[in-house]
Amino acid sequence: MDKMPKWVDVILTPVISLLLAAAISALVILAIGESPWEALKTMVTGALGSSYGWGFTLYYTTNFIFTGLAVAVAYHAALFNIGGEGQAGLGGLGVALVCLFIPWPHWTLALLGAMLGAAAFGAAWAYIPAILQAKRGSHIVITTIMFNFIAAALLNWALVRWLRPVGSMDPASANFPPSTHLPKISDIFARFGIEWGTHTPANVTFLIALLACVAVWLLIWRTRLGYEIRAFGKSETAARYAGISPVRITVITMLISGGLAGLMAINNVMGEAERLVLNSVEGAGFIGIAVALMGRNHPVGVLLAALLFGFLYQGGGELALWTSIPRELIIVIQALVILFTGALDNMVRMPLERFFTARRLRNRA
Amino acid sequence: MTLTKTLLASAATLGLMAGVAAAEPALIFDLGGKFDKSFNEAAYAGAERWKAETGGTYKELEMQSEAQREQALRRLAETGVNPIVMTGFAFGEVLNKIAGDYPDTKFVIIDTVVEQPNVQSNVFNEGEGSYLAGIMAANASKTGTVGFIGGMDVPLIHKFECGFRQGFLAAKPDGKVLVNYTGTTPAAWNDPVKGGELAKAQKSQGADVIYAAAGGTGIGVLQAAADEGILSIGVDSNQNHLHPGKVLTSVVKRVDNAVYDAFKAGEAVEPGVKVWDVKSDGVVVAMDDNNKPLVTPEMTAVVEDARTKIASGEIVVHDYMTDNTCPVD
Repeated sequence: MDKMPKWVDVILTPVISLLLAAAISALVILAIGESPWEALKTMVTGALGSSYGWGFTLYYTTNFIFTGLAVAVAYHAALFNIGGEGQAGLGGLGVALVCLFIPWPHWTLALLGAMLGAAAFGAAWAYIPAILQAKRGSHIVITTIMFNFIAAALLNWALVRWLRPVGSMDPASANFPPSTHLPKISDIFARFGIEWGTHTPANVTFLIALLACVAVWLLIWRTRLGYEIRAFGKSETAARYAGISPVRITVITMLISGGLAGLMAINNVMGEAERLVLNSVEGAGFIGIAVALMGRNHPVGVLLAALLFGFLYQGGGELALWTSIPRELIIVIQALVILFTGALDNMVRMPLERFFTARRLRNRA
Repeated sequence: MTLTKTLLASAATLGLMAGVAAAEPALIFDLGGKFDKSFNEAAYAGAERWKAETGGTYKELEMQSEAQREQALRRLAETGVNPIVMTGFAFGEVLNKIAGDYPDTKFVIIDTVVEQPNVQSNVFNEGEGSYLAGIMAANASKTGTVGFIGGMDVPLIHKFECGFRQGFLAAKPDGKVLVNYTGTTPAAWNDPVKGGELAKAQKSQGADVIYAAAGGTGIGVLQAAADEGILSIGVDSNQNHLHPGKVLTSVVKRVDNAVYDAFKAGEAVEPGVKVWDVKSDGVVVAMDDNNKPLVTPEMTAVVEDARTKIASGEIVVHDYMTDNTCPVD
């Protein structure tokens, strides 16, 4: 069968899907008696119109890159990891322990230590569902989502009874010592005398997220392990016949996936809050699923989709703060984006495919 | 939610108005939302009372996510509103960080202490109010077993629990307090169904007075208690009217007064710590027509006695927050 041109596949299709989602969102906004044009303007200026907006957008983007990559890696092994929320939460615990109990001389070392802590805790949280799947066949979708709740309870216990400083009302850990504070992107710009995004939470973790994209690409498409993961994902029986151990691949893939989700904590716990608060992940683990779906499980796609969701998140926050459009509507818009780019993808893709195939055939004739 | 329009409009007119009128005050509600029938709603009531009395206007914001806190506070401070009142301990860290950047703006925070020269901290001694409720429960209980149902498992609610247990056990040393928490996620603040189930479970274990310190979840506790024919105790706002004759009392935090006072003082708000306790009538057990048939003269006498003793310092209610433990565990 003829394929459509690549640019149609990777650019035109998602753009049309997005426009459709935007059009329906506009109708919803009209229906509640607000102006869609004003809403769009608030979102765009709030998220992208200033270095201040970008500082927040990139912060959210960083979260979504990690959780998106986590889902994408697992997806290549045909494992649907929807436990990113809990794994990222546990990663936060790892970061908190590393930052609070080890005296770090400099933030670079603290960052390395915290990355290890975050990835180890996230991976450990993914390990149990992975083993249950590999050895017992307990479905990973069920176990990972249940582990989100266990993680919430565990974190609540840790913060209320253990890490909370005496006398503090807030269920949160103590503040991390200054030597563990990561430089904000605004600080880096300030060093060159440029004022960019003052008081925004975007920090060096964004660069680590970009590196993680490259690393995941190398892993999946340039290493033997990546090949095994993909082979296992395409067909377990074929992979088994080729001598690939399903148990080994399931466990290793989930460890990598959980580790990536855990790494998100570098951004929100170490970079932004500089202490561990309750519910620090705030749904980023679930948004990662949408990001991976929309990004077609490719690191570049994940990066772009994360940027889009970062924009929706920050723009949506601005909308909720400064207009009377309720925050719930932002969830509706996000849901529409997911619906059109993920679930209803073929609705756009198939007519396009038909159109381009027909054109090509005509050209040939 | 006319805030947006007011805000957009005022952003435009601010330039013209600058220096003419006194600054507007602002009120920020925490994640629970403005109409939580409890804490935030009490703050809203205080602001509305100020508005009705003075004819002034104020800005209001509802928080949506953790990372927004700093953003919202800074942006609000930059629009020139003064003072800025915020409900909830969750603002503590952020406020401590940014207060210094806006020395001309006064901030008022409720439920935690922030030590900055331009911040007024309002803290409530919920333990003392809960102590009085515990004494009333001990008097009203026939089985000698009472229940406590908390919302989310956080320190603040342990403070309520600890005070209640101290009061109850002081009046009935051989009595029993059943304790349940609704959950470990913020959903626990708004789960009336689970609250009702917990109340029924406690009743089956013999409890005949149940104290709910659980936000919206408490509505379910009060409902189930009324259905099961036992008594309940409400919290934060006066909830006696929800089931007249079935709610023994409510432990009321005068958050409304705190907000009202701050708005009234305007830019002249006194920085420092303001303690609202039994002595200053900042926490009270609500007595009205709805619970009159339940409160015997004897009960009134013991509560009044305990009240004066707490006020004079003769009874010291241990504060859970000081050492994270409760002496009557």
